[in-house]
Amino acid sequence: MSEVLAPGGPQAAHIAQLWWLMLAICAFVFIAVTLALGCAVLRARRATSETAPESPSTSGEKRVGLWVKAAAALSMLLLVILLGASVMTDRALARLPLDDALVVHVTANQWWWDVVYEDAQPDREFRTANELYLPTGRPVIVKLDARDVIHSFWIPSLTGKKDLLPGRTTTIQFRADKAGEYRAPCAEFCGLQHAFMTLDVVALAPASFDAWADAHRAPAATPSDPMELRGRELFVSGSCMLCHAILGTSANARSGPDLTHVASRAHLASVLPNTPVALAAWITDPQVAKPGANMPAHFLADADMRALLAYLGTLR
Amino acid sequence: MYSECRSHFTRALRITVVLMLVAGCEREERQLDPPPVKPDPRAQAAALSDFQPGKQGPGMRMLAAAGGYHEQSAYEVAQGKQLYRWFNCVGCHAQGGGAIGPALMDDNWLYGKSADAIFTSIVEGRPNGMPAFRGRIPEQQVWQLVAYVRSMSGLVPSGAEPNRSEGLLGAPPENLRDAQRPDEKH
Repeated sequence: MSEVLAPGGPQAAHIAQLWWLMLAICAFVFIAVTLALGCAVLRARRATSETAPESPSTSGEKRVGLWVKAAAALSMLLLVILLGASVMTDRALARLPLDDALVVHVTANQWWWDVVYEDAQPDREFRTANELYLPTGRPVIVKLDARDVIHSFWIPSLTGKKDLLPGRTTTIQFRADKAGEYRAPCAEFCGLQHAFMTLDVVALAPASFDAWADAHRAPAATPSDPMELRGRELFVSGSCMLCHAILGTSANARSGPDLTHVASRAHLASVLPNTPVALAAWITDPQVAKPGANMPAHFLADADMRALLAYLGTLR
Repeated sequence: MYSECRSHFTRALRITVVLMLVAGCEREERQLDPPPVKPDPRAQAAALSDFQPGKQGPGMRMLAAAGGYHEQSAYEVAQGKQLYRWFNCVGCHAQGGGAIGPALMDDNWLYGKSADAIFTSIVEGRPNGMPAFRGRIPEQQVWQLVAYVRSMSGLVPSGAEPNRSEGLLGAPPENLRDAQRPDEKH
């Protein structure tokens, strides 16, 4: 919640302004209604103790009528102000200048995010998973798609929500002005692991972002160590390559997250810290960390597991 | 007297309906953390070639009996449907209608329609093109694929058949197709 009130860009700032206005108006209405109710209770008590008159005087009735009319008019006015503020906020959100925008295609899956950085030059396109790096001060257009059920994209500090619908591409645009790490939880219940479907959002200064993107465009290097080579052999000859891709090897399936630079990520499967121990536990039995995940359990001999971990550790 | 009789009847009817609903609760129980199944030693053995014809042996039947196969579970069949596309079975068998590989939604079975026969076809491969997926597809997922392949010709309980697909599909949903009852001789 506090993230909504700490905007890191213009879109979130508009939403935060609207939020404060709504809070102020609603707080005022709440206090006014509470006071009116309190007055009514006190008056009623006094009236019963002095035996209520048979019929209220016409002048008293008139006064009450005026109060009701005034309250109704004020309510209407406040609602119109809220309506106007929402429309203005929507207009402001739609008017973000989009020159030189970065286009990112995000596809939601149960329960991970596939992130493709598009480019006018197809060979400069690259892919990552469960993380979204952004340059500061540059607008971003995110194309949203879902492969299985409805998910929702939401970076509270940067932008409002937008649903990801299977079979229909939607877009959302925003800009990050403050560098830093943000959190983007899936905001539409999407199944067993909905709570653990988060996207790590990192806004970097443009120069650092370009360096990061260049590093991610490169395919995985061929390892020199024999153990790492064995790990790579296990990856491309076993069941890993049926779902995962590592650029620069023969593994190029798209059903699971791309692993070309998996060792550089902060988290594994968006819940585990990216350490060799956590990775080994994840490969051996993914259902412990994320019950219901589509990744199957793998029984690897000790030596094979060590080789595989050594190889995956080189994918920086 | 009549109304009393009637209220008894209504109450009995309500209790029956509730009992029937409660009985349905357990039908689709899903085990999220199944006890680890030891991999089939045959799946570990080095393949002689990628196109090795397999024999349906007693080992496979024992595996099926050991509990890896659940064709009554709609979840397992639906997972099989997803894997069928993810693992590119579509590349040869299309959406079940067959292309360069044989059709899977008709009542012709070259190597048998039983679960263990289909398991063998996937794990061991078959002559003339079916690759052996030994060591590539984890056993639990092979069983899910087997359940889905059987569902295409109406061999799994109709309550477990998948209905709609999330993606585009070239054929009507499995639970709306006519069941193809394969002859016993195949």
